[in-house]
Amino acid sequence: MVQFTLPKNSTVRTGKTWPKPEGATNVREFRIYRWNPDDGENPRVDTYFVDMDTCGPMVLDALIKIKNEIDPTLTFRRSCREGICGSCAMNIDGGNTLACIFGMDEIKADVVKIYPLPHMPVVKDLIPDLTHFYAQHASIMPWLETKTNRPAKEWKQSIEDRKKLDGLYECVMCASCSTSCPSYWWNGDRYLGPAALLHAYRWIIDSRDEATGERLDDLEDPFKLYRCHTIMNCAKTCPKGLNPAKAIAEIKKMMVERHV
Amino acid sequence: MADVNRGDRPLSPHIMIYRPQMTSISSIMVRITGLAVLTLSVLVVWWLIAAATSEAAFTSIDGFLRSWFGDLILLGATWALWYHTMGRLRHVIWDFGYCLDVETSERMGLGMFIGATVLTILTVLVL
Repeated sequence: MVQFTLPKNSTVRTGKTWPKPEGATNVREFRIYRWNPDDGENPRVDTYFVDMDTCGPMVLDALIKIKNEIDPTLTFRRSCREGICGSCAMNIDGGNTLACIFGMDEIKADVVKIYPLPHMPVVKDLIPDLTHFYAQHASIMPWLETKTNRPAKEWKQSIEDRKKLDGLYECVMCASCSTSCPSYWWNGDRYLGPAALLHAYRWIIDSRDEATGERLDDLEDPFKLYRCHTIMNCAKTCPKGLNPAKAIAEIKKMMVERHV
Repeated sequence: MADVNRGDRPLSPHIMIYRPQMTSISSIMVRITGLAVLTLSVLVVWWLIAAATSEAAFTSIDGFLRSWFGDLILLGATWALWYHTMGRLRHVIWDFGYCLDVETSERMGLGMFIGATVLTILTVLVL
């Protein structure tokens, strides 16, 4: 359901302003969403100042520097620091992306604003609860389904058929796209969202998969698939440069084609 | 896994912090202009029914539609009608699987705003 305001317990208040680093000349301001599950308070936005002369180039470098040198309680997920694990997805400067591969020089505004992925339950600070998102991914059967007998060696695929998976297999399930989608904000309980649907399409067009009909049957639903209105925030925000909107449009085309 | 405080978890900010995109704005405008066109159709039907009912009924609604305020509403509705038409056309192109990349979609979105304005001016000049 469309809801333009936040619930009472989620409204964001102005938080603490942390002291500026001493002797630094090249300082950048960061405003970061904080929520602590243990203090019973509402979320707040804290202000930090980072010395850019001693900081790495990526937003994740600044977050780690804040955690190491200013405020050790700042909580966020990160692992690979090279855009392959998908852990550090968050809303930076109004768009969803991976903090580790988003350079601070890409942000035109002086102040860097960082929030958790939008319209998600918050576990702590910049960490959203992705349980439902992962369950939706599991629901599209993200594996090879076959009916014929297992071949002696491997399931073979031509070079042309393998090419169809390019632009799909690269998805790292960071949830940037789904949480950028207004349709997913309002109907995320029943609409699968761009990430799960991109994965659904990845298996539908896999030449080795033998459950295409069942996969399409499962998606033939007013909410699961058809809440996509081609708003395209997903493709615009994907940190891996993929296009879930196009994958969803291809599924819709296949739905029509099998009826004619 | 520790499942602390799940019931009290706040909802992270969404539309209030997400930067408006050309794609999302041009998309929601299709919905808004659709509602505007619906309102326009009610006015037109009212005008026609009034014409079939009595001279007094027709004079009042006709007077309203021909006043400066009525002109303003009809001008806005004309823009909405053109914008909505082009928005639907964009959906037809998309549904055939074309122009689904971000750059082309953004260009089409900008084209809808410019196109609707130009076509509205032309409509005013012709009628």
